[in-house]
Amino acid sequence: MGDPFLKIDNLSKVYGETHALSDIFLFLHAGELLVVLGPTGAGKTTLLRIIAGLEVPDAGRVVVEGMDMTHCLPAERDVALVFQNFSLYPNKTVRQNLEFPLRAPGRNLSKTEIANRISDTANLLRIAPLLDRPATHLSGGEMQRVAIGRAIVRQPRLFLFDEPLTNLDAKLREVLRVELIRLQRDLGTPMIYVTHDRVEALSMGDRIAVLSEGKILQIGSPEDIYQRPNSPVVARQLGYPPINLIEVHKRADQWFTASNHGIVAADRNAPQRATLGIRPENIFPHGGEIPATIEAVENLGASTILLGTWADRPIHILITGETQWHPGDVIYPSVDPNRVVVWERRNEE
Amino acid sequence: MRGWRWLVIVPYFLLATLPLCWLFLTSLKTQEAAISSTASLIPTTDENIAPGGLKFSATGDAYRKLATPHTGKAHAFFHYLFNSVIIGLLSALASVVLGTGCAYGFSRFRIAGTRDWLFFIFSTRFLPPLAVVVPVLMMYRLFDLPNTHLGLILLYTAFNLSLAVWLMKGFIDEIPRAYEEAALVDGYSPFQAFYKIILPHSATGMAVTAVFCLISAWNEYGFALALNNAEAVTVPVYFAGLQGNIQGIPWPQIAAGVLIFVVPIAVFTVLVRKHLLRGVTFGTIKQ
Repeated sequence: MGDPFLKIDNLSKVYGETHALSDIFLFLHAGELLVVLGPTGAGKTTLLRIIAGLEVPDAGRVVVEGMDMTHCLPAERDVALVFQNFSLYPNKTVRQNLEFPLRAPGRNLSKTEIANRISDTANLLRIAPLLDRPATHLSGGEMQRVAIGRAIVRQPRLFLFDEPLTNLDAKLREVLRVELIRLQRDLGTPMIYVTHDRVEALSMGDRIAVLSEGKILQIGSPEDIYQRPNSPVVARQLGYPPINLIEVHKRADQWFTASNHGIVAADRNAPQRATLGIRPENIFPHGGEIPATIEAVENLGASTILLGTWADRPIHILITGETQWHPGDVIYPSVDPNRVVVWERRNEE
Repeated sequence: MRGWRWLVIVPYFLLATLPLCWLFLTSLKTQEAAISSTASLIPTTDENIAPGGLKFSATGDAYRKLATPHTGKAHAFFHYLFNSVIIGLLSALASVVLGTGCAYGFSRFRIAGTRDWLFFIFSTRFLPPLAVVVPVLMMYRLFDLPNTHLGLILLYTAFNLSLAVWLMKGFIDEIPRAYEEAALVDGYSPFQAFYKIILPHSATGMAVTAVFCLISAWNEYGFALALNNAEAVTVPVYFAGLQGNIQGIPWPQIAAGVLIFVVPIAVFTVLVRKHLLRGVTFGTIKQ
């Protein structure tokens, strides 16, 4: 692969005392969909706003197709940003909202070209019947469709989506999520999609960048991030129920918990002291030697979550199908040593 | 229960409109009837009515006389009304234009000491304007501004600007930034975003601000008197100057002129009253 489409180079932004972003390095290939995942306040929106040109970074560069865009006006960047709160122009109709970016100075599109683009976009997003409605007379899902329409009607060279589905109800969110993935694949326009929703991150991203407190903790494919998180913080970002984190020390090629239970075999080269990350689906409810007491059983239909106490600490176990266990039962869980993520612990906190 | 409120509304309405009714009656009278020691209240078309009764014969003379210069005055009433209109409208316009620009800057950009600047702007209203009449007069002499329309326009604009900035800032603060940002990303320059997004959304605020500035300039008397004796005399100064007239004070003409003077403002205020209420309560009610 040649030069990346977009390169974020050593970007930092400070608001007063808060380091909104610190030393961000990031790149985006042509046609790629990168999800930036992080909790509220991680700096996700700031990152998008800097790329869009609505904020100026304190340090670092934004390079698009080899050109330094850090200090260009938003209008010069030809990127489209979809806001979390939709931000349709309230005193305009849907059609006027879609026209507005096309009528921007410097675009010089003919009337027929504008009309064609609007009808194409409206058909694509199934908002054609709404075109002459005032933007204020739309449901949340319709508003967000129009907002997405306003972004794609321009045929920009980069899409920036800022939690576009957060304000919608769960059902609509799923429908639009699938539509967005299809849309991005069809258009082939690179996209940065910001979210705090792990399901969106795993299902949408070609790659995921995990952002926390203004720092990128890990970038990789969804499989990478899920199976090989590089820190407990990253591991906790993805997966439901959350990953089991257990502090252990190594003795005789076994990992022992603080309560001196040997729970799983340790690799010969593993560090002496570590935190283990074990996904709930990688713990099996039988085959082990240390007893666990089941405290609650949560039936999810296709799978079941068992909450219990194992080696004196709480644990989540995910099993497929219905369960024969009930609260109060004692099981002997086992763990596949190959599916355990090990992080070395250096200093006692 | 609802009926009871009329007990308050009707007497208050009568009380409030009494001066206007009195003005209207006076404007229909002859000079003699207007200064008669007994009050005649009922206008009739009968021309032969003995003075001193409740009825009087109505005449439109007072309105007709407004078109010709009064004894000892250089111009007719309408000349002074025209001065008031020009000065009022232009100063209101200037206040709104400058106030909107200034308020936009304070509302949208990080400016060092924003709060202090805004307080300073507000503080220009702490002092009664007339306290500075002497320095203003001296400055104006230096620039040949007394007796000019421009002089009063500049002065009223300066006095109203603080109100305009504060009012407009309240309105612009309520326009979500996201609309402008969307316009910027959509390919518009910052000025175009202001022009295409902020201006249409703050039209209400501008109308409200314009009314307040217009009323204030329309009614101003002290500076208009101090700075003028010939060219840019406004209606309030003109009327006051009719005192001590050699023929006595022409009450019917004054009454007729005042009514004409009040009408434009009253009509305008009624037209924008909904917005006015919103404008007055701005900043205290947040959606």
